[in-house]
Amino acid sequence: MELVSPSIGLIFWMTLAFSLVLFILGKFAWKPIMSALNERESKIQDALHAANKAREEMETLKFSNEALLKEAKDERDALMRDARKVRETLIEEAKLKAGEEADRIIESARASIEYEKMAAITELKNQLATLSIDIAERILNEELAKSSRQDEIIKKMLEEVKFN
Amino acid sequence: MKELIYNNLRKGLLVIAILSSAMLSPLFANETEQKSTENGKEAEKFNAGEMIIEHIIDNHEWHIMKIGHTEVVVPLPVILWSDGKLTTFFSSKFEHGHASWNGFKIEQAKENKGKIVKVIGDTMETDKSAALPLDLSITKTVAAMLFSMLLLCIIFLYVARQYAKKRNEAPKGLQNALEVIILFVRDDIAIPSMGPVKYVKYMPYLLTLFFFIFFNNLMGLIPIFPFGANVTGNIAITLVLAIFTFAITTFSGNKAYWTHIVNAPGVPWWLKIPVPLMPIVEIIGVFTKPFVLMVRLFANITAGHIIMLGFVSLIFIFGNMAPALGYGVSVVSVAFAIFMTMLELLVAFIQAFVFTLLSALYIGMAIEDHGHHEEHAH
Repeated sequence: MELVSPSIGLIFWMTLAFSLVLFILGKFAWKPIMSALNERESKIQDALHAANKAREEMETLKFSNEALLKEAKDERDALMRDARKVRETLIEEAKLKAGEEADRIIESARASIEYEKMAAITELKNQLATLSIDIAERILNEELAKSSRQDEIIKKMLEEVKFN
Repeated sequence: MKELIYNNLRKGLLVIAILSSAMLSPLFANETEQKSTENGKEAEKFNAGEMIIEHIIDNHEWHIMKIGHTEVVVPLPVILWSDGKLTTFFSSKFEHGHASWNGFKIEQAKENKGKIVKVIGDTMETDKSAALPLDLSITKTVAAMLFSMLLLCIIFLYVARQYAKKRNEAPKGLQNALEVIILFVRDDIAIPSMGPVKYVKYMPYLLTLFFFIFFNNLMGLIPIFPFGANVTGNIAITLVLAIFTFAITTFSGNKAYWTHIVNAPGVPWWLKIPVPLMPIVEIIGVFTKPFVLMVRLFANITAGHIIMLGFVSLIFIFGNMAPALGYGVSVVSVAFAIFMTMLELLVAFIQAFVFTLLSALYIGMAIEDHGHHEEHAH
């Protein structure tokens, strides 16, 4: 029976001690412990938030960096392409111009050769004419020194003339 | 989902940690208990029932062991209030119940067995006409309870200082070990039962309750002197704890709680109007809740002690028949006692958990905002 009948003394001491301990621990242990735990938890939470935010920022930064890099690469490519195009056109133009120039030079060379040739031919002709006249003069002088010969030529010439 | 798994994992780890951390002490604790009992029961005829009850109930002296014919006991103060007079002396004056002192003695038989009664003159004869004195003695259970309270204060004031000293640093050592349990009480007992805002007010009570029960359960398992008393297995102790829960529940009950008791919503009117059946059931429920709390803890812890002592007693029962038989049985008995101690370690935690959880639930029901929905836990 004693096992299940609570004794007054024990109830008294237990109530007293438990109230006292509840008060002491509540004021000097649980309160600081709980507040410290909450503080630490919120601090950890904040730190996690901050870390997350930083990571997100890094992500966007990386993203924008990549975009920037890509842009730069594109720009460089475009520049290169343009430059290549310009070079090609330049070369093409230069070639064209060179060809034209060459043609023009050749043409003028040909013209001047032609001219020189004509001049030479004319000169030759003139000299030939002078020479012929000289020879003819000398022959005439020689032939027409004798009268008989003159007669003979006249005659012959006359014979050649036909009047029809 | 992930959080849920993590939570369960943490719970599992907690149980494992508690089990494994305490695993070493009972091994040698049992041995000592066995030895001390062995020493104490050499000559007399061994009475297992008497021995077990003696270990479980309260006593005015703290019996440690018996060497030869000398009892090794710690005398405890006897405080009596009788006829408007306060009498205090040490229980050693009773000479283990063989003598009277100042007109008092410890009754040795019948319905008042173990209680302090008045005697006629200086004899050992009980004064049947006199009323029982009011016994406020520091008995074995009171001493063990006070010791555990002291231990609680020392440990948690120390831990609180650790928190104050190393603010926002990782917990270490004892602080770390207890923080797990503190967080367990907060996250798995208080918050689910009371909601994430209201729980704060009741945390000091729940934590004190939990650690008081848990510490005393564990201390009851250690059979060496300052420990080993059956504190949480004493009905007066569990009664006071249950009364605390009852008082807090009753005093923090809001309008919805009382409305629910007097005029439960969602119940047909004929259960309330001619005969107030539901209100009666509800009011009985208000009292059965703490009553069940009281009985559950008391019965669980006492049963654990009885089983453990029973296994040890087996050795002596068989030893009385033949010494060789006693030694043979001791192997089996100790093995079972070790197994039971392991189980009791689990029970120590579970009972502290259950008492605290149910207290939290009852308080939670009393402070719950019913608002727009009618359904709630019964």
